[in-house]
Amino acid sequence: MGSAITIDGVSKRFRLYHERNQSLKSTLMRRGRARFEEFWALRDVSFEIPEGQTFGLIGHNGSGKSTLLKCMARIYTPEQGEITTRGRVSALLELGTGFHPELSGRENIFLNGAILGLRKADIERKLDDIIDFADIGAHIDTPIKNYSSGMYVRLGFSIAINVEPDILLVDEVLAVGDEGFQRKCAARFEELRSGGRTVVVVSHSLNTISMLCDTVALLDHGRLDRVGSPKQVIEDYLGNWVAERDEGTEESMRWGTREVRIEAVEVLDESGRPVESIPMGASATFRLHYAADIELARPLFTVAVHHVDGTLVSNPNTAELGQVPPLARGRGSIDYTVPSLRLIPGAYDLSGGVLDGEGTHVYDRRHRVLRFHVERGHPDELSGIVSLGGRFEGEIYGGTP
Amino acid sequence: MPVALSEHNELTRSLVSRELRGQYKRSALGWFWSLLNPLAMVATYAIVFSLVFRAAPPVGDPSGRHSYVLFLITGLIPWNLFAGGLNGSAASLVDQASLISKVYFPRAAVVLAKLGALAVTSAIEFAVVVVVLVVSGNFVLPWLGVLAGLFALQLALVLGLGLMLSVTNVYFRDVQYLLGIGLQVVFYLTPIIYPPSFVREQVGDRLYFLYRLNPLERLVESYRNVLYDMRFPALADVGYVALWAAAMLFVGYRVFRRLEPRLAEEL
Repeated sequence: MGSAITIDGVSKRFRLYHERNQSLKSTLMRRGRARFEEFWALRDVSFEIPEGQTFGLIGHNGSGKSTLLKCMARIYTPEQGEITTRGRVSALLELGTGFHPELSGRENIFLNGAILGLRKADIERKLDDIIDFADIGAHIDTPIKNYSSGMYVRLGFSIAINVEPDILLVDEVLAVGDEGFQRKCAARFEELRSGGRTVVVVSHSLNTISMLCDTVALLDHGRLDRVGSPKQVIEDYLGNWVAERDEGTEESMRWGTREVRIEAVEVLDESGRPVESIPMGASATFRLHYAADIELARPLFTVAVHHVDGTLVSNPNTAELGQVPPLARGRGSIDYTVPSLRLIPGAYDLSGGVLDGEGTHVYDRRHRVLRFHVERGHPDELSGIVSLGGRFEGEIYGGTP
Repeated sequence: MPVALSEHNELTRSLVSRELRGQYKRSALGWFWSLLNPLAMVATYAIVFSLVFRAAPPVGDPSGRHSYVLFLITGLIPWNLFAGGLNGSAASLVDQASLISKVYFPRAAVVLAKLGALAVTSAIEFAVVVVVLVVSGNFVLPWLGVLAGLFALQLALVLGLGLMLSVTNVYFRDVQYLLGIGLQVVFYLTPIIYPPSFVREQVGDRLYFLYRLNPLERLVESYRNVLYDMRFPALADVGYVALWAAAMLFVGYRVFRRLEPRLAEEL
């Protein structure tokens, strides 16, 4: 299979105007030269995107990933280098671009389709699909300005995805609509992928990227840092990573920049003794021992419990719970206490981590580093992963249980 | 451009229909506005100049028409197409900023759509003028071919200038305002509310030569020759306009192509 998109030595320069009002007067006063600074949003980027792949672009804000996507979509023209694309390209940068508020949904489908490069006959053929997918029913013949924002976005998405492009470029628009609609979108993406279409995704959500993508490129300050499998590249992206296998369970991983370290994690029983197993329904404490080389005004501690089969059961963190103690240099510990452990008997893995306040920079994350067991207790449930703590009530065969 | 546009002529057509259908959607009189506007303009000028200033319209040769209103109308409708076309295309790209920065398509389609929509309303205005002329005794129907030719020539001229104005306005928003002043000057430098002979009598032959360098002067005269006088326009006039149209198309296209690539980031 060949490559769908070839990016060859692409550089893109932007001009940052000091005075943004482009008026003739200010131009004349500067004797014809506009005063601006140049900055390179992309610098000599080269790589290939193979046909039929779902390809992710990641990087910090200002890394040039969206600029690169716009270059692929031919919205921006690079100053140097060349981008070659094979087949019809459709870009999902903003949903419903070019909708005319006074026109009906149906009229806008034709308009939007034409903007995306479809012929009228093509649109007519796909009209029913588009209307079905958008799921806006009878509203299709009312002016679009009366649409709710959800309907607006669904219609925009429905048109774009029904264009059936050979290459689909997507920028942060995957999370549209309610859950049902998102499922439909995901199914449609899967269809595109299995149909051999190429999809390029830019997203901040590393979760989305790692779930969807076959290959990921990491951009850093306009330069290509690396291309590789999502797991590799994402680990690379999240810091100056030391990622390694951790001692502990088989699935253990440890990564982070280690200015603050999780030195150990423990499971404690009611009386504060470290234990390897704990009965269901008893009180339990998960303790993180840390050592900090730096001070952190807003650290974020996180604890995670995975079932041994890999299912994440719970993942509380200090930010979500509104508990953000400042962190001084030195050693210490932080506890997460559960009054009544509602885990179904079995084996579980404990993880601990410490991040910065935004949760974007990982100092240390020890993934599934300690295995502990839950024994039968009270309530004496045996199926599933957690007990909801409920009770059966009511009349069965005329009697009360 | 011709190749790229034929690929996207569907788009241009869609944008034209969006322009036309969206235009008067919420107004009670709808499309009538596109006729009421020039009508009001004609009425105003007619009252001011034929009643207040008592301007005598020239006698049509060979039609023998002697009506200030008809004289005015045959100059004003082409002028409206010219002024509306330049104003519309100058603002067109800036108005579609969100579209241009989000989707790729040949940017010229936006300007073409604006002019296409305007051409449709203008053609309707011309049709009404033709009806009025026929009813009032100027049987201009045999001249429709020549009229269409002039119309096409004018569209080419407006397109060339419009392409130029649309992109330069993205870089310097002053273009739009300068254009407003420029159009006002050109309006009075063009024989729309007065006959050109009037200028010749006042300023003498040498300045009159300069006056006639204005391609719009030649264009309006040619329209009048056909519609008011009912005779062939002077070949020199039509040729002069055609020359301008070709030159403006060439320059406008070149300027547009030159500035087109950076449109999305400048908007």
